[in-house]
Amino acid sequence: MIIDMFRKKKKYSTIQIKNSSTVTPKKRTVSTKPETQKKTGKKQGVIDPKGIVKCPSCKEVLLDTDIKRNLNTCHLCNHHFRMTARNRIKALVDQGSFIEMDANLTSSDPLEFPDYKGKIETAQKKSNETEGVITGECLITGFEATIAVMEPHFMMGSMGSVVGEKITRTIEKAIEKDCPAIVFSASGGARMQEGILSLMQMAKTSAALAKLGESGNLFISVLTDPTTGGVTASFAMLGDIILAEPKALIGFAGPRVIEQTIRQTLPNGFQRSEFLLERGFVDKIIARPDMRNTLSHILKLHQKEGA
Amino acid sequence: MSTQLEFEKPLLELESKITELKTFSTDNNVDLKTEIEILENKLESMRTDLYADLTPWQKVKMARLKERPTTLDYIKLISEDFIEFHGDRLFAEDKAIVGGIGTIGGQVFTIIGHQKGKDTKDNLKRNFGMPHPEGYRKALRLMKQAEKFKRPVLFFIDTPGAYCGLGAEERGQGEAIARNLIEMAALKTPIICIVIGEGGSGGALGLGVGDRVCMLESSVYSVISPEGLSSILWKDASLAEKAANIMKLTAKDLLEHKVIDHIIEEPVGGAHKDIDVISESIKAYILQEIKSLKETDLKILTSLRYDKLRNIGQYKQSVTL
Repeated sequence: MIIDMFRKKKKYSTIQIKNSSTVTPKKRTVSTKPETQKKTGKKQGVIDPKGIVKCPSCKEVLLDTDIKRNLNTCHLCNHHFRMTARNRIKALVDQGSFIEMDANLTSSDPLEFPDYKGKIETAQKKSNETEGVITGECLITGFEATIAVMEPHFMMGSMGSVVGEKITRTIEKAIEKDCPAIVFSASGGARMQEGILSLMQMAKTSAALAKLGESGNLFISVLTDPTTGGVTASFAMLGDIILAEPKALIGFAGPRVIEQTIRQTLPNGFQRSEFLLERGFVDKIIARPDMRNTLSHILKLHQKEGA
Repeated sequence: MSTQLEFEKPLLELESKITELKTFSTDNNVDLKTEIEILENKLESMRTDLYADLTPWQKVKMARLKERPTTLDYIKLISEDFIEFHGDRLFAEDKAIVGGIGTIGGQVFTIIGHQKGKDTKDNLKRNFGMPHPEGYRKALRLMKQAEKFKRPVLFFIDTPGAYCGLGAEERGQGEAIARNLIEMAALKTPIICIVIGEGGSGGALGLGVGDRVCMLESSVYSVISPEGLSSILWKDASLAEKAANIMKLTAKDLLEHKVIDHIIEEPVGGAHKDIDVISESIKAYILQEIKSLKETDLKILTSLRYDKLRNIGQYKQSVTL
């Protein structure tokens, strides 16, 4: 009988641990997203200064110039390297059509969070951008749209007050101009240094999308590697049309958090674009070199009568 | 008998001393009235001081207390005739979120909330108040129904977070929460949200967009758990206390940052010390707020809700010419 009691207790405690990743499992708990991404970031590699790079996917040696010509993808195996937001915009929009908005918005460190100011400065220097998203108006093969592209090299594209505000303004601009809005997500989720204010950006951007919907305008959400956390649980999953780049990590919880919760290694391909397509959460997977044409195609089909 | 929190120890020690003294005085027929009175006064002032000035970490502990009243506890006390409904009509019934309709002060509400368990067995059933996508989709079904039948919606928030597991991901945890956010932002009926315990990140926000959002005095609401933050910042989940103290997660912090509208005071020692009193306060708050919300034209109501969300966030806007 006594043995039984102990057994039960043991069982209870394992279950409790299993379920309580938010409480205290070993090391990293909830939302280790930034680190997870750091790891993948390393794996994907920065392009080697000597002009030669080994593709992490097919292991072939590639020329820097070839990769660039293919919009940061491997022309042999279609591996997608990360891309800066600036380069992405350049590759997507009609030359000279991009009018940037709100580049003057910067974080005010509202919670006076330790080391946050320093982190922002480092990120600004490293990425040469003021914040984690670039927004503006543009033309794509002549079709008008507003666009927001998240910058994975700026604090993992995490969403704080500025990112939330800029994306909201992008959506509001689309309502004002009566045109579609396009958002490219690349984010580890909400920015913890702005605490609850970051969380509320999820509600703010979603509310703006409700308004865009009421105005009868299209919202295209494009998911790129990685799209996780609060970004997945808000605008990224709210596209009238949701596109994804091949093999992008897309999920609510980061893979490491899930592994800790369930105490198992995740199956291969879990939380990748192809998995989401199969499960019905993505409309279509589009390789980067085809993205501009696909967007153009969709925008054309959504042209309003008389426009 | 409530679980003792670490910081409540001195209080309990003094309490037991007073009891000891009382027994001693009756047993031995010694008059210790003055001494006891002095000690009792001291106890009272200690109690008031202690609870008036809880640190953020102490509030986290309080918010997670096993004895803390849950959604169903409050519903029982504020609604005379609550009837619970189940299932999302798509996949399953998630017991981590409860919902239904009931009358509060003569008015019918749709009431939805996270539900934690009372003991381990109950918690396994409730998944410790951590919903799967089905929970959010059930909530959505019920709130759309509320809109249809022109009933206001009341949300109780109390979750460590949305569940992080294979099934949850596979069935679109992110999509389920996102869908609720966009629907709640535009729902054409009044919404009141009350954080009663833990407001854990997106899992809390998934039931947390409303015309009025308020928190109980010692509840907490944050973008990540203190353990999660400390493991990211210092690679050590045991520094959660330090994390809690910098992350601005108390009701007072949230009121200051204009994320919530109001704080409901708790009885001295926490909501669990007197659930009747706290339920009365909650009920009074709901009835007071619903009156003006119901009088507001629905178009204006949703546009005010939008403005409220629109204004959350702080940033610098430098002048560029």
